[in-house]
Formats: sequence, structure tokens, C-alpha cells
Amino acid sequence: MAKIKLTFAQDFCKGCLLCVDTCPKKILRLNLENVNQKGYNPVECVDMGVCTGCAMCAFICPDSVIGMEREDS
Amino acid sequence: MKTLMKGNEAVSAAAIAAGCKAFFGYPITPQNEIPEYMSAKMAESGGVFVQAESEIAAINMIYGGAAAGARVMTSSSSPGIALKQEGISYLCAARLPCLIVSVMRCGPGLGGILPSQADYFQATRGGGNGDYNTPVYAPNSIQEATDLVQKAFNVAEQYRTPVMVVMDGLLGQMMEPAEIKPIPRFKNDTDKYATNGESGRRGRNIVNSLNLQAAALEQSNLRLAEVYKEIIKNEVMYESTVEDGDELVIAAYGTPSRIAQNAVAELRARGIKTGLIRPVTLWPFPDLAFQSLPSSVKNVLVCELSMGQMVQDVRLALNGKLPVHFYGRTGGVIFEPEEIVEKALEIAGGGQ
Amino acid sequence: MAVIYEKSKGLNERALTYCPGCTHGIVHKLVAETLVELDVLGRAVAIAPVGCSVFAYDFFNCDGVQAAHGRAPAVATGIKRCAPDSIVFTYQGDGDLAAIGTAETVHAAHRGENITVIFINNAIYGMTGGQLAPTTLIDQKTSTSPFGRSQSAQGLPIKVCEMLAAIPSSFYLERTSVHDVPNIRKTKKAIKKAFQYQIENRGFTMVEILSTCPTGWNLTPVDSMGFVKDQMMPYYPLGVYKDGGAE
Repeated sequence: MAKIKLTFAQDFCKGCLLCVDTCPKKILRLNLENVNQKGYNPVECVDMGVCTGCAMCAFICPDSVIGMEREDS
Repeated sequence: MKTLMKGNEAVSAAAIAAGCKAFFGYPITPQNEIPEYMSAKMAESGGVFVQAESEIAAINMIYGGAAAGARVMTSSSSPGIALKQEGISYLCAARLPCLIVSVMRCGPGLGGILPSQADYFQATRGGGNGDYNTPVYAPNSIQEATDLVQKAFNVAEQYRTPVMVVMDGLLGQMMEPAEIKPIPRFKNDTDKYATNGESGRRGRNIVNSLNLQAAALEQSNLRLAEVYKEIIKNEVMYESTVEDGDELVIAAYGTPSRIAQNAVAELRARGIKTGLIRPVTLWPFPDLAFQSLPSSVKNVLVCELSMGQMVQDVRLALNGKLPVHFYGRTGGVIFEPEEIVEKALEIAGGGQ
Repeated sequence: MAVIYEKSKGLNERALTYCPGCTHGIVHKLVAETLVELDVLGRAVAIAPVGCSVFAYDFFNCDGVQAAHGRAPAVATGIKRCAPDSIVFTYQGDGDLAAIGTAETVHAAHRGENITVIFINNAIYGMTGGQLAPTTLIDQKTSTSPFGRSQSAQGLPIKVCEMLAAIPSSFYLERTSVHDVPNIRKTKKAIKKAFQYQIENRGFTMVEILSTCPTGWNLTPVDSMGFVKDQMMPYYPLGVYKDGGAE
């Protein structure tokens, strides 16, 4: 299985949870330990191993926070 | 060579000669000859003509056309200009050049379609929101109208502001011999501001009047004020026949200034030394013409086809230095020279 | 590494000014991606309305114009007529397009102006604080319909696609939604089709997009997506209302 690389432009995240709700593998959550420039808890991925690269999180994010790449195998 | 032209048509022809690229307007009497003329001639000259669904839409099409960097023009009459005020305020704030021809009819409300000058305030003060001014030209002949329309486009682009040409309904409807004498066109660098979809070539341009930061918005208002200062310094136009020894000065603009001219001649024949001041720009107002009057002048009489509007600017210019009197007719009634003479005699008599 | 998803080059580096979870951001992305994919970003002019998207001119990487409230289609007319090679789109909310600017919308369609209208229907006035819009649903509570919209007092919500479909000169009208990823993809297709038609000089195109206003609706962003699906879509059916280019 190809390896997926997720990037988060964390300072653009508004913690709206749309990606968290949309992710079919439920591997996204807000990082309650961290506060970004805007004052929100930004999103993070807790288990990259099961990410399929479906990019639904990226599609639904209104603030273009999420970028996604696939490592060629 | 001079040809016989109707005022409204002469203005349209002059605009096309000046390179007007697009006309957006809405029918209203007494200026319909302008859109009618434009609808035919724009098609011939490869320009744009759109009869808008409303005055409001027309002025916003002007906003778009000006934003695209084109030489654009609209025309209307009193209640129609009232509807355009929002757009004029936006044009000023967004620093977009355009020509607005206002053929004044009677008000208030729907009023009547006969000639009037009751929209002096509408033109020089405006009804839009915020601190803004628009240069206003008031020709008194069809020849002058064709000259000023061309100049107005240049001034609009030089200072990036909407400019108005106001004509009383008389000038719009009457016929006179005139010749359109082309003047050099201002070189307008539209790349500096135009949003015509060429960002790929020159980078992005933004046309905008919104600014939510207090300090920044104040700065943009101060910049606008600087532009207005320059216009006041450079663009005042007036005619004066006042000479040393004159006791009375009559002030009038537009077609009524020609009636006043006859009254002045009659008064001089009767031994009352009278001069005439005719503002050509209503904004910026020729304050200096009044402030520099010879000490022989005892009274100023302002004659308008209104209840008295320009008279306020004359009073502001004189700032109490001289008594300022007023004579006006409204509703479409045009004064005769004799009425002005009678009023002048009353003033001159009262002064003795 | 192969890119699966990245921020569109059609948007600049500015952070969007919308509330958390507001779907304006999703639609902005779709428009920006479309302009890049159709290779017309450098020819595009974005016309922002008055409303929450008043700053839209600031986010797209192309020329931008801010228009007076409701007047965007008239401004678009002026630009497109004077610069026919430009690709002009208005981005308008329901108060701007379907209340104060109804005449401009109807007549731009009526003239068959070759422009694209991106219409955000979120059933409320967002920026001014959640007042009743012409699109507010029956019984929906807003700050100016505190007991809910009633048919007797405010009439039934306006259906813009249906209204414009009756205008002979309108060319392409589609209503979509962005409440989930499959519908976001469909919305992208519709936006792309609209711009493609504009490139081909086919006439007036509009995509009405059912959108959310979590703040104005007093719902979480996730629950707002549910409101679109359960409350808005039954009254505002998705679909193509007109397609002059359909085979």
C-alpha cells in the first residue's frame, strides 16, 4: 500500500470539525494541547498508518488547511 | 465647419469624438436624444451601448466599464440622477473615471419635464454617502457643451474621478450651430487600476471602496482630499465681464447666463454699471472671481432657475463681504431679462 | 511523491475571513480550482457582493472588484461588455442576489450576459447578524423572524433557479449543494460547466449552491451540513434547471 503524506497548514485551521466528521477512518481529531495563531485547537492525524488517501478531509476543509501526497512505491 | 446641432445630440457626438467606448443609460425626458443617438452611433463605431433595466443598474454598469479601463458615459435627468447617487459615491471612492451628463428638469419628486437648475445641489453636493466631490461643468452654449464634454473625459481620467456635465433642459433641447473640435486625449495608463481580466500579464488589480480599518480608511479619505485640492487648484473655470467701477455683479450659469447677459446690457444702457460672472465649473466653484471683485461693487445678484442654490456658494465665497441677492423662477418658468433688470433696479435703488 | 490534494493556486495566501465551518471557503476553492484547470485565472475578474463574501476580491488570484449591494451583475455587465476577453464572475449571497439585487440578476439573465454567477443560498443574512432572507425557510427562526418565517407574513421562500429558468435568455442554471464530499464534487462539475460555457460565449450561467451559516443558524458546522440535507434540499431540489448546451 502506498504511503500517504498529510500536511496541515495549522495556522489556517479554525477547528470546525468538518474533516474530523468526514474522515471515513476516523483518524483526525483536534489537538487540544495546541492553540494556533487564530486561537483555535488545530486538527491533527492520530494514525497515519490507516489513511487511505481518499482526501475527503481535504475536499471538505473550507480553509485549504489539508494537503495530501502519495509516495510512489 | 459649423453645423446646426441639437444640444443632446451635440453632446453625444462630442463624446464619441472624444473616444467614448461605452454608453449605459436608461430613458428619461428630457435627455432621450442622448441614448437614442448613442444606440445608433456606438454600433457604427464598435462601441458598447446597453439600455439598462434601471438608473441604478446603468450607473453600476458604468462602474464596471470604468473598472475595465474604458472611456464610459451615462446620461440622465434629475430623478434619474437621484437614483445614481449611490453609484457616484462608489465611483469616487474606487477612483474610477467616467462622464455623467445631467440634463436638469424640474423637481422635487417627479416634478416636470421643463428646464430647471434645481439640481445644482444634487450635482455639487451629491446625495451619495461620504466625503466626496465631483467636478461639475455647466456649459451655456452647444459649442461650449461639445468642448466641455471632451475636456470632462480628460479631467475624469487625469484625476480618476467621475465628472458631471450639467445642462438645463433648454440647452439639451435647443439647436445651435456648433463644430466639434477634437482636443488631445489624456494618456490614461489603465494598467495601474483596470480590472479587465489581464492579471496574467500585469499582476492583479483591485477596484474597491471597502476599508474596515479606521486609520487606513482615514488615509484613503485624506488621499481623496488631496486629489480634490489639486482639482480646485487647477480646474476652476469661469467668465467675468466685471470691470473697475462696476457697482452691481450678476452671477448666473448655464443658459440663464445668456438671459442675464441681456439684462446686463440693458442695465448698463440705463446707467447702472453692471458686470456678469458666469461660473463654468460649479465644483470647484470660482470663489476667487467673487473674492477679487473691485471695491466699486456694492451688490451681487444671483439669478438661477431654482429657489436659490448657487447663491449659497456665492455667499460662502464672499463670506459676508457684500450683500448677496437672489432672483429665481422654477417649475419650468424661464425668467425674462426684464425681470432681472427690475430686480437689479430694486437693489440698486435700495443701495442708494 | 504525487500530489493528491493541495491548495489551489487560484487562491492567494490570505486566510479566509469566514466563520469556522462556513462553506463559503469550500466554494471559493472550487471556483479557484476551476479557473486554474480551465487556464483562465489570468483572464478572470471576480466581483464581490455586499455580505459575508464582501472580501472575496481579496482571496482570488485574479482581478477583483467590490460592487455595491446587489449590483454585481450590472458591474459584471459593464466589465464583460468593455473587456470581452475577460472571464467575469459574480459571487453573491441570497440577500445580495435575491433581495436588493433581484432586478440586476433577472435582467443580466434576460439580456443573456455572458457572465457566470456563483449564488450562495444559505437561507439567511449572515454578515448583518442572521436576519430573514428571501430564501429563509418556512418556520425558520432568524433575528428578524423570531417566531419563524410565516407564509402569511413573509411569503414562501424564493426559488431563484426556477425563476431564472423561465427567462428565455438564461443559458445554464444548476442547483447544487456542498454538504458532503460527493456533492462538493458535483458542485465543482457544475461550476466548471458554467465557466466552460462562458469561455464559449454561450450566455448567462448560474450555479446556485446550497450552503451553510453555522453562526447565523446557531448550529455546529457538522449539524449545519445536516440542516442543508434535511431542511433545505427538500424545498430547494438539486439539479439542472436549464442547460442550453445539453445534447
